[in-house]
Amino acid sequence: MTETFTLAKALNAGMRKAMENDPKVVIMGEDVGKLGGVFRVTDGLQKDFGESRVIDTPLAESGIVGTAIGLALRGYRPVCEIQFDGFVFPAADQIISQLAKMHMRSLGTVELPVVVRIPCGGGIGAVEHHSESPEAHFAHAAGLRVVACSNPADAYTMIQQAISSPDPVIFFEPKRRYWDKAPVELDLAAAPGLHQAVVAKPGDDVTLLAYGPMVKTCLEAAAADEERSLEVIDVRSLNPLDIETITESVRRTGRCVVAHEAPVFGGFGAELAARITERCFYHLEAPVLRVGGFSTPYPPSRVEEQYLPNLDRILDAVDRSFGW
Amino acid sequence: MTVDASRGAPPGMLRASSAELVQLLTPEGERVEHPDYPLDLTAEQIRDLYRDLVTVRRIDLEAVALTRQGELGIWASLLGQEAAQIGSGRALRDQDMVFPTYREHGVAWCRNVEPIKLLGLFRGVNHAGWDPKDHNFHLYTIVIGAQTLHAAGYAMGIQRDGAVGTENGAAAIAYFGDGATSQGDVNESFVWASVFNAPVVFFCQNNQWAISEPLEKQSRIPLYQRAQGFGFPGIRVDGNDVFACLAVTRKALDSARDGQGPTLIEAFTYRMGAHTTTDDPTRYRLEAELEAWKLKDPIERVKAYLVKNEMADSAFFQQVDAEAKQVGADLRKQCLSLPDPSPLTIFDNVYAEPHALITEEQEQFAAYLAGFEDADEMGEEAR
Repeated sequence: MTETFTLAKALNAGMRKAMENDPKVVIMGEDVGKLGGVFRVTDGLQKDFGESRVIDTPLAESGIVGTAIGLALRGYRPVCEIQFDGFVFPAADQIISQLAKMHMRSLGTVELPVVVRIPCGGGIGAVEHHSESPEAHFAHAAGLRVVACSNPADAYTMIQQAISSPDPVIFFEPKRRYWDKAPVELDLAAAPGLHQAVVAKPGDDVTLLAYGPMVKTCLEAAAADEERSLEVIDVRSLNPLDIETITESVRRTGRCVVAHEAPVFGGFGAELAARITERCFYHLEAPVLRVGGFSTPYPPSRVEEQYLPNLDRILDAVDRSFGW
Repeated sequence: MTVDASRGAPPGMLRASSAELVQLLTPEGERVEHPDYPLDLTAEQIRDLYRDLVTVRRIDLEAVALTRQGELGIWASLLGQEAAQIGSGRALRDQDMVFPTYREHGVAWCRNVEPIKLLGLFRGVNHAGWDPKDHNFHLYTIVIGAQTLHAAGYAMGIQRDGAVGTENGAAAIAYFGDGATSQGDVNESFVWASVFNAPVVFFCQNNQWAISEPLEKQSRIPLYQRAQGFGFPGIRVDGNDVFACLAVTRKALDSARDGQGPTLIEAFTYRMGAHTTTDDPTRYRLEAELEAWKLKDPIERVKAYLVKNEMADSAFFQQVDAEAKQVGADLRKQCLSLPDPSPLTIFDNVYAEPHALITEEQEQFAAYLAGFEDADEMGEEAR
């Protein structure tokens, strides 16, 4: 059975389902209760599940994640909302040094099934610190699972899979796609696993790799290119990475372009490029090329369209790959 | 702009008056009453407290010695803080949950964590050697103050379990030091505990020193007074008085379990040793300060009380010393026989569920290590 949802509504419906299925699931964050979150992703949940399960927290991100860890130690499955990507850094110690390491430090005796939801990326004309792409920081922290949804159907299934994971999951949500609508399959049985990459659009000539907000941009680029057949892979999971699906594609096409909003230097694309090179060296017709943000702080919103990779910059990279 | 380095708290603000300090047993071993903290202990209970104090000091001494001999990489000594830890630790009920720092060896003793399990972290064979659920004693936390938020969150879980104000009501207790009170996490945990009225006790051992920094670098007011600004009670207790620590913590835990919310306890004590075995306190503090605190020793006053009240004879004290010595000897023996983990255990337990990258790296590293074994075997054959 399918229903048409926006990405935000799909997340909402997925969390609602998880809360119905497991009374230990609690939502916590700033403004997640009466307001329903600044993006309305938790809209109506407090009304239906009560204040003890949908918790409007004090305004402190370290506190949100730190107390979520405590709740998890008591047997709960907290889903934390960090209001904006740029506000996650006050919680960095609790995420990277506490949440990520507890299972290993406890010799496997302590599980922390905590989900940290982070609306990420730019393109909404926001003021500074509201358009960041901090995924590489978390993908680098052992002990975390890091995923990014790109469309309503995935949002619905992946948030439920993340909540049911016994490991901590950093869950990136592409905020400029919150209002995109698409049919959502409500039966999870046929859904790909949380850590599977999927071919979003098959093609033969070049592989475009993206996750989160850039998947749609890559699909638009693929549709716009009338001369070449572009394959688009939605990476979906940064840690662990489904390198097999990616390898299979790049060995077939011989060319690869990675796109993300985060700065290219030291970005997740570097990891993808290195791994693809290790596995596909003799199949590559050109180096893996990366398209992303510049090595600058995120710019003021009036020029963010120039900063963010768009259809033209992705196709420009495809051109360069063929020109090699 | 210039900064006047001498500008700090006015004299007297940092030291609370003695009237503000809850004390039930003077350094001379005299029992004093406090209207808010009645405490009835049998002679046997007092002897047990004395045994605890002596034993944990012996465990600590053994660990320091093991470090000096290169068997541990580092040790954070509890010397001087025995009463704060045993008093508060013995106030706990089984169902209460403890969130310790890395110095709570005395509390660990009260929670029946085998002393050898504390040594794994310091010897470098693991990061923590016990299952928190077996003892309701969480892992040692090294990042200062981070555990206070875990305690506040855990206490919110207790509330959601409906286990507040019932027969089996439970509370969480967070341990931290004077330096930690400057951390954001500690202040955030106060906010959380306060607005959610969470059943948590904040037990601050103010041992006067955060490595080399005296309390004056952390606060202009007595630490227990911070609680008022967060909206819950703060109490300063003589941290070298095991009776007072027991009574004050017991009351705070009862209050938390009954749904009265958090309490901050400042146990006023002194770090008699170095911050850790790598520290050299002679660089930053005066010997005279140490001498003054020696007169307030937490163990001697209980001994004096027991003797004065004819609750124990010399045979008892000899026996306790002998038992403690045996605990120390056993600990030494167990420490020396702790095996180094095998290299491939590096990959264990990073995730609860299988993780492709970890599996891949483990297999690659195993093959790499096996390559050396093959080379060794070939070498053997060649010879």
